[in-house]
Amino acid sequence: MNRTFFILAGLTALLLAYATYAALVLAPTEQTMGDVQRIFYYHAPSAWTAFLLFFINFIASVQYLVRPSETADRFAKWAAITIGVIACVAPFFIPLPAGIEPSAVATTGLAVPAAYLLIRKYFSDQGTDILALSSAEVGVVFCTIVLITGPLWARPVWGIWWTWDVRLTSTLVLWLIYVSYLMLRRFSTSGETPKLAAALAVFGALDMPLVYFSIWFFRTQHPQPVIGGGGSIDPRMLRVFALNCFAFTCYAGIIVWFRYRIERMRRDVEETEALEALLEPRGTKSGGSR
Amino acid sequence: MSKPSGIMRATLVKDLRLEWRSKDAINAMLFFALLVVVIFSFSFDPTAEESRHIAGGLIWVAFLFAAVVALNQTWARELRNQVLDGFRVSPAPPNALFLAKAFGNFIFVAVLEMLMAPLFVIFYNLRVIGSFPQLLLLVALGTWALVVNGTFFAAMSLRTRSREIMLPLLLFPISIPAIIGMVNGTTAILTGDDPALFWIVLLATYNLVFTTGSLLLFPTVLHAE
Repeated sequence: MNRTFFILAGLTALLLAYATYAALVLAPTEQTMGDVQRIFYYHAPSAWTAFLLFFINFIASVQYLVRPSETADRFAKWAAITIGVIACVAPFFIPLPAGIEPSAVATTGLAVPAAYLLIRKYFSDQGTDILALSSAEVGVVFCTIVLITGPLWARPVWGIWWTWDVRLTSTLVLWLIYVSYLMLRRFSTSGETPKLAAALAVFGALDMPLVYFSIWFFRTQHPQPVIGGGGSIDPRMLRVFALNCFAFTCYAGIIVWFRYRIERMRRDVEETEALEALLEPRGTKSGGSR
Repeated sequence: MSKPSGIMRATLVKDLRLEWRSKDAINAMLFFALLVVVIFSFSFDPTAEESRHIAGGLIWVAFLFAAVVALNQTWARELRNQVLDGFRVSPAPPNALFLAKAFGNFIFVAVLEMLMAPLFVIFYNLRVIGSFPQLLLLVALGTWALVVNGTFFAAMSLRTRSREIMLPLLLFPISIPAIIGMVNGTTAILTGDDPALFWIVLLATYNLVFTTGSLLLFPTVLHAE
């Protein structure tokens, strides 16, 4: 386990280094924006990673909440599978807004049951909670990067740092919700913090569509997605972008894994200490075992 | 064993009676909202022509901050003499308790709004140009949106250090779509410029989603000790 981790971490570091080199040197310069556009290879993969991690957090939280009850567990499993099936079939029959490919929706839809069943199978009761915690923490970091690199790009291109456009605002609200999630975990004195946090994560996920639609009423200024959005893109740019997305996903995966192991160890140590305190004979107090 | 409706009524009547005799929450809320109104009137020029355009925001910010006062003491009151623990071990359905608390808070905040509305009209020279029944509906939906999540998160923040400050930290981010709906809907009706239907539908959807969510998850939160 230890060796695998370090080998994978090394490979990810190499991949990330090459992806950054490709983004800064190999990718062709954009026609109108110039070199500023290169931040896109950093900004968009960070956004994708943050959303992926929040998605994992949501799935793990649901799993943590339903697991104690067999009925709820079965219900949630079939709900996830139903969502996957509907998302696979429906886009090909109902008209979608221009620029959205049915196959893209279907692939995203498939991710729901796939992630749900994988997490259900491979993570224990404690495991789902630790996964939720570590993915939320790393997700907030990536979301912060998105919110910082966005204005850096917007200033020279749009002429303004920030605008209350739908994508920007909903990303900011998402960030706020997850910061409050982390604060709850930090400030809670309850022995069942994971349950409270999981309930908050579910509320946050229910909130996101409403956030999006409420802000959607304002004008949208963010550039439409270029990939699959009918815009033309140099294939070399697309390759570099895909490479960066892959590298960032690996990077996030490694960090979450690392965080997961630390948290797991911390809990094991805590448990052992509690057990030792119980077993210890009276009067022989051992101080400073931490 | 009594029916859920009986438990609900008993809890609601008890809360209202407690509030009627002590008037703790309503006094604090009223004074707090009054302060917000006065401070806002110093921050902006209330006699300006645009006061109608910003009034929607001012009203709801005042109510939002004042409502937190009532919401914070919803469950804190039950901690004395281990009332909440007693409820936890009793066979009574948790959702009856939750609904009673949410209705109680709804009544408190609605009373606050009714008492504050004349003040806003006087201080900011307001006049409703759009439809008044729509405004009533919007305010009722907005108030429920605040209290249903507020009651839920107050129960959640009960198990945290410095819980008084934790409630707004949890409640405000989740309430953003509701706040957008309330503020824009109220402004639309006050100015009569735009239709408010979209915002009413948004608030109704929000209420439906989060009332269901709260009822599903409240037993978990209540029993998480």
